[in-house]
Amino acid sequence: MTTPTLPIARSRLRRSLGFTERLDVPRRLSLAAAAFVVLMVGLLLSFITWNGVQLFAHSGVPLSEIFSGTWHPDPSTQSAAIFGLLPFILGTLFVMVIAALISMPLSVGLALFMAEVAPRWARSITQPAMEVFVGIPSVVYGWLGLTVLVPFLRTNLHDLGFTVGFSLLAGALVLSLMILPTITSVALDAFVTVPGEMRGASLALGTTRWQTIRHVVLPAARSGVITAVVLGMMRAAGEALAVQMVIGNRPVIPTSLAQPMTTLTSQITLDMGNTVNGEAWNEALWTMGLILLLISLGFVVLVRRLSRPAKVKP
Amino acid sequence: MTVVRQPPVPSPATDRVPIAIDVPTPRLAAPAVAPPKLVVHGLNVFYGAFRAVRDVSLAIPPNSVTAFIGPSGCGKSTILRCFDRMNDLIASARVEGQVLLDGEDVYAPTVQAVELRRRVGLVFQRPNPFPMSIYENVVYGPRRHGVSDRHRLDEIAEQSLRRAALWDEVKDDLRRKSGLALSGGQQQRLCIARTIAVDPEVILMDEPASALDPSATLRIEDLIAELRRTYTIVIVTHNMQQASRVSDQTAFFTMGEDRAGYLVEMGETVRIFTNPKEQLTEDYISGRFG
Amino acid sequence: MTRTLWADRAATAVLWAIAVFVVAILIAIIGHFVLASIGTLSLDFVTQDPSDVAIGGVGPVLFNSVYVLVLTLVMTVPLGILGGIYMAEYAREGRATTIIRFCQELISSVPSIVVGMFGLALFVSATHWGYTALGGSLALLVFNLPLMARLTEQAIRAVPEDERHGSLALGATKWHTIRHVVLPIAIPGMVTGVILTAGRIFGEAAALIFTSGLSTPTSYNYANLNLLDPRSPWSPLHPATTLSVFIWKSNAEGLGLFVRQVADSSSALLVIMVLVFNLSARGLGRLLQRRVTGA
Repeated sequence: MTTPTLPIARSRLRRSLGFTERLDVPRRLSLAAAAFVVLMVGLLLSFITWNGVQLFAHSGVPLSEIFSGTWHPDPSTQSAAIFGLLPFILGTLFVMVIAALISMPLSVGLALFMAEVAPRWARSITQPAMEVFVGIPSVVYGWLGLTVLVPFLRTNLHDLGFTVGFSLLAGALVLSLMILPTITSVALDAFVTVPGEMRGASLALGTTRWQTIRHVVLPAARSGVITAVVLGMMRAAGEALAVQMVIGNRPVIPTSLAQPMTTLTSQITLDMGNTVNGEAWNEALWTMGLILLLISLGFVVLVRRLSRPAKVKP
Repeated sequence: MTVVRQPPVPSPATDRVPIAIDVPTPRLAAPAVAPPKLVVHGLNVFYGAFRAVRDVSLAIPPNSVTAFIGPSGCGKSTILRCFDRMNDLIASARVEGQVLLDGEDVYAPTVQAVELRRRVGLVFQRPNPFPMSIYENVVYGPRRHGVSDRHRLDEIAEQSLRRAALWDEVKDDLRRKSGLALSGGQQQRLCIARTIAVDPEVILMDEPASALDPSATLRIEDLIAELRRTYTIVIVTHNMQQASRVSDQTAFFTMGEDRAGYLVEMGETVRIFTNPKEQLTEDYISGRFG
Repeated sequence: MTRTLWADRAATAVLWAIAVFVVAILIAIIGHFVLASIGTLSLDFVTQDPSDVAIGGVGPVLFNSVYVLVLTLVMTVPLGILGGIYMAEYAREGRATTIIRFCQELISSVPSIVVGMFGLALFVSATHWGYTALGGSLALLVFNLPLMARLTEQAIRAVPEDERHGSLALGATKWHTIRHVVLPIAIPGMVTGVILTAGRIFGEAAALIFTSGLSTPTSYNYANLNLLDPRSPWSPLHPATTLSVFIWKSNAEGLGLFVRQVADSSSALLVIMVLVFNLSARGLGRLLQRRVTGA
């Protein structure tokens, strides 16, 4: 009997795709599925980019105009339309940062609690609680903000400037709640990864648990915690419906916590259904979408850099 | 030195009669013999319902090296960690009996474990330096205890590193080199320096050289011999030769049928290794088990 | 010395307070919706049609949510599993896998509203379908497929090498090994993944607003089984406002006398569904795990 030889894949492309044996149906199918993913992503990126530049390419709006603070997309009431996107860009940035600031002490604190202090029974409560937090749909958070938070701000903090209740603060508060489980779970991972021997070494030297947390655990988990906060901000920047419901949707440059303003996502949500394909207004919304895409890309790159394992100092 | 023989008491859990121990006790008429640094009376340690250590009583003399030897799993490390209450960190651990440091019960409700651990230090089996510079590693303890004066810290750092026989090797890189960048043996000496820096009275060592290569091991052993002049040292070791080289007293433990560890015999190292009283000890030392 | 002990106690107290506070917020949120929907939430509410003059119900809307969910899963699960199998079993670490992983990471970070825009451009305008359930499902496919593939890949990678080798050593082909050895062991992990994905899809709204649309159907004739007739609820070719989108609509349009109650009860319904998905994901996953490994 002759020993059967395995046919080797003829081309390098085939080999790099994993085809070293005979091409078989399951392998083909599963490769097709994986390739489909790449195809979809490619399509998405191309569509958004193509449509996003039409504002400049098709309608001839100069690039510098989008950095203006005036948003006046409808030319019928005034002489010309101005597509200043600064209110939206700044709005997204502000709401993202403030939400992270509000959420950070709570979420990092909760993660510390779960990693260092909580007895087993407490962890069995907080863990599912986090999962439920994540699962609540964003519209529900938005509706809660609209029906509970905004009226509260309007009635109780009226004298502090909350004339309508819809405000930057309302948006930031709702978002901070939504990103809390995100930051907590990533930070928790970072804390749990700190080796137990290090804690043991510190405690054996006669330090308290808090001293150990402050001087050993937190410094060791620093990059993980930063990654957690960045991921939270990323989520906050991309959230559309919940923010739109409480932010007030006034296309102005944000100057106060108490006044209505706007974000990239809210404006898209609001206007997309009302605009006509091919018109400059519609194209401006696509440009906003492109900006959002670029912001997400930037975050992905940032998170990758932060997650790179720290080099031990030589 | 009087020898107090405890009368054998049949214990209900096992049929075997517990072994008598030699406990060197001080006589009032001879103050030259120092009182023991650590004394244990009837120590039982439980992890949940499981008894890990059964009825251990012994005394550790000051400024000497005492070795705990015996097969693995017989509770030597558990007993060691009672001395600095590191067992507190294990939720299911329960300690019954008395552990006395200079006559005071370390498990008394008024005792702060944090304070205790300044007086009783622990060196772990695997070196565990912090991800900080060598300097920061050594002064970590004193800093946490309130020392902030720069000169004082520098003094402490130098003194501790000298005592740990590491100063000459690292004195030029104190602040630039990370503790993790040292070799295994150096890391362990760094951990010893770190422990010394808080100025303890007792240093516990849980198999300090088992993760190190032979030459590093020998250096640690030399170091231990030096350190006994200033500190009371209790060392758990698997390595019998190490115990016989390094210690003044040796306590031999083994595991009973109920899987609880108990003390078989304790006495001067020379005597234990050349003329053990108990058959079990003899068997272990000659390699017949463990 | 006592200063550090006090600091330790204070820090412990603060951390406990934070944990209690966060859990309390969650309980308050759930409690708020449960209380707000008492009296309104009932079997009638779940089955009846929406009404402008009375509280009515969310029957058709809930139907749409389930419909879109099932349609999306039907497309996502097989493709996702196949893709995950490829990444875990067939692919060699190299350019191909790097690209695929990068795509997965990218798509998971794109805001869902942007995916909705993409869906609008492709599945609504370019295809001239208008707002359809199919369009919505396809938009959801875009960002749930990479997720499903990733979860499957992880579940398969968790299967120990020994099992694989045992099968191959007996002369089985790779596909045979995957089908009869690897997949059964990986099933509990995948089931958990599917249920969690389903929970996410059920609550999704941003991607659906521009793809499956905002019009509330006033009533459905469930007897019409013609899949190609856009008037049939069973057809994928009609606009399909889901429960989440419906709640958002309450904010935007606010018509009808009982908007508040209806939206509150709908929110309560959504939260309950999420809890159900969550619990069943855990429970089912554990059950299957035991059956595969224990019994």
